[in-house]
Amino acid sequence: MDLTFSEQETAFRDELREWLSANKPGPAPTSEGEDGQYAWRREWQRKLYDAGWAAPAWPTEYGGRGASLTESAIYFEELGRARVPMAANVLGLLLGGPTLMVWGSDEQKERYLSPILSGEEIWCQGFSEPDAGSDLASLKTKAVKDGDEWVVTGQKVWTSGAQYSKWCMLVARSDSGIAKHKGLTYFLMDMEQPTVQVRPLRQITGEAEFNELFIEEARIPDANVVGGVGNGWKVALTTLMNERAGLGFALQIRLRQLLDDVIAIAAERGLLEDPLYADAIAELHVRCESIRLLAWKGLTDVERYGQPGPEGSLVKWLWSDTNQRLTQLAVDIVGPDALTVGESWSYELLRARGNTIEGGTTEVLKNIIAERVLGLPRLKVAA
Amino acid sequence: MDFGFTDDQREIQRTARDLLSERATPARVREHAEARTVDETLWRELSGLGWPGIAISEQHGGQGLGQIELSILCEELGRSLAPVPFLPSAMAAAVIEQAGSAEQCERWLPGLASGETIGALGAAVDGVAELVIGGADAQVLVLVEDDGTGQVLGADEAEVSPLAAIDPTRSAARVSAADGAGEPLGDVCAGLGRALVSVSSELVGVCDRALAMTVDYVKERHQFGVPVGAYQAVSHRCAQMLLDTEKARSTAAFAAWTADADPERLAEAAAMAKASASDAGREVTASAIQAHGGIGFTWEADVHWLYKRAQLDAALLGGAKRHRAQLAAILADRLGASAAA
Repeated sequence: MDLTFSEQETAFRDELREWLSANKPGPAPTSEGEDGQYAWRREWQRKLYDAGWAAPAWPTEYGGRGASLTESAIYFEELGRARVPMAANVLGLLLGGPTLMVWGSDEQKERYLSPILSGEEIWCQGFSEPDAGSDLASLKTKAVKDGDEWVVTGQKVWTSGAQYSKWCMLVARSDSGIAKHKGLTYFLMDMEQPTVQVRPLRQITGEAEFNELFIEEARIPDANVVGGVGNGWKVALTTLMNERAGLGFALQIRLRQLLDDVIAIAAERGLLEDPLYADAIAELHVRCESIRLLAWKGLTDVERYGQPGPEGSLVKWLWSDTNQRLTQLAVDIVGPDALTVGESWSYELLRARGNTIEGGTTEVLKNIIAERVLGLPRLKVAA
Repeated sequence: MDFGFTDDQREIQRTARDLLSERATPARVREHAEARTVDETLWRELSGLGWPGIAISEQHGGQGLGQIELSILCEELGRSLAPVPFLPSAMAAAVIEQAGSAEQCERWLPGLASGETIGALGAAVDGVAELVIGGADAQVLVLVEDDGTGQVLGADEAEVSPLAAIDPTRSAARVSAADGAGEPLGDVCAGLGRALVSVSSELVGVCDRALAMTVDYVKERHQFGVPVGAYQAVSHRCAQMLLDTEKARSTAAFAAWTADADPERLAEAAAMAKASASDAGREVTASAIQAHGGIGFTWEADVHWLYKRAQLDAALLGGAKRHRAQLAAILADRLGASAAA
């Protein structure tokens, strides 16, 4: 056991930290709404790209730095610590690009990777449907072959950034005659066609981070199939694995910062000496440290043994539950401001409710842990 | 960064697990628990293998290995509930080695390292420790006070009144030292930090075993025509047991590492580990009884020994609430220091 960083890893951190302190973007624009925010994030990605920091985990041949898993985790920790915004094309950088590197043809890699990195072409993810959430493989969006094209009809939901996107990672049913996982195909759908309608989905915070997609006979050339017809489930799993791996580190640091903010406010108000508050804050501190340790342990396990284990579900579960407890405690410590629209603590409180649902509900995570880690039997549900 | 054990550490873990699964069988543990006796044969064997001295310096007759190796043994002994005074003796040795004078180390450590001397450690108020695990078997007693002072005394210098604690796999006693009876120790904080890590590691072993027994049971036990482990009310409880156990394991491992590699962070890391492991020990073993259903409430099912050990360990050297209070104080100090800087 050695919980220190190597010289090379420390040098990586130092270089990035130095670059960030010199190139940090200004404060978020407050007047131009979501479009203004997005333009700001796009500009930030351009800056990262120009300095070679947009996706250090990508291999050098695709414009990355070939960073190790540890360096990649350091990258997200440092971005979190610097409190910079998420790059505009986060889904392309973390999910789309890596999925193409595994499953894409040479032509697809050649065509798509570079504009993902620069942020010229934004990507979104069309997986979930109104009737296919946790049970993703039951999705109904249909793809029918027509010459050298596919005609796609259906509805997708929870599609963040769809209004700014050029490409959608779309999973659709290309064969309804066979078992549900086998009939799926992974497509890259051009969002710039009138047959694809984007409607913002207003969430409990009042903003619309996500969208619904209404797809009515959209056209996708056969060349935009990724990983082969009927192989969509496997390709989608690659995307989902990347989703859990990359974002974890940024979220873990974000949680730490929120906790440090709460501790500072509690201290200011003399609440750290109040045994009830002290107990709750210390418990959050233990959880936060535990999440950090478990996240690093998961990562070094991958470095040692190759595959990320289903234990990653534990970290996501603990993180989401802890963020909800933390933002709830913040209401008690901060007071009325935390219950007032437009204040950051009220936003954090409401946004945290999504944490135990998005990226795998806590209930599904517990099933994964029970079945795949503990080896418990699965209850057969009558069809 | 690497969370894995070295080959040598893995070997220690494997050897310990194999040996204890043969020697400290459930039947053997039960026999000693019901008679409230130490398994002397096993203790002699472990002593012959050098276990009691694993983390004591070679200069004092030990093996000179670190807290990580000691924690590995604590975890395995916790898993098996072996009825031997390993933990109390190791905790006493850690405090004497860290806070004792050269003479005190010379006097007590070689015996503790060889297993010929049994030690015990108790949290005392004005020289009185109400519940000292292993206290009735010990020849040397270490008492630590809240203010970081401590004393070491021979059993003949103290008043030791044996108690029948709910965990019968180890002895317990009320210990009081008459004024001027023992010898004062230096600052006990570093030794106490190590003792907290050791008990946390033992609790991780207890949790791990409770979870393993529960998983085995709910796969086998059928009701309404299916294994009860297929019901989410049961399987999600098991998932929670794993989360609690892994949370405790991660903080205990971190604390064990800091003890040797980053001692300035030991106080914080040890408080985190003990808070986490105390809660996990209580919750996980309670869940184990619940998931075993009616059988879990019987004397005959071995799951209650784990619950009882966890209760004693959770209270030992202060429970979760006390260590969270300690952590809050550390956080407040840190904030004060950064504001002053």
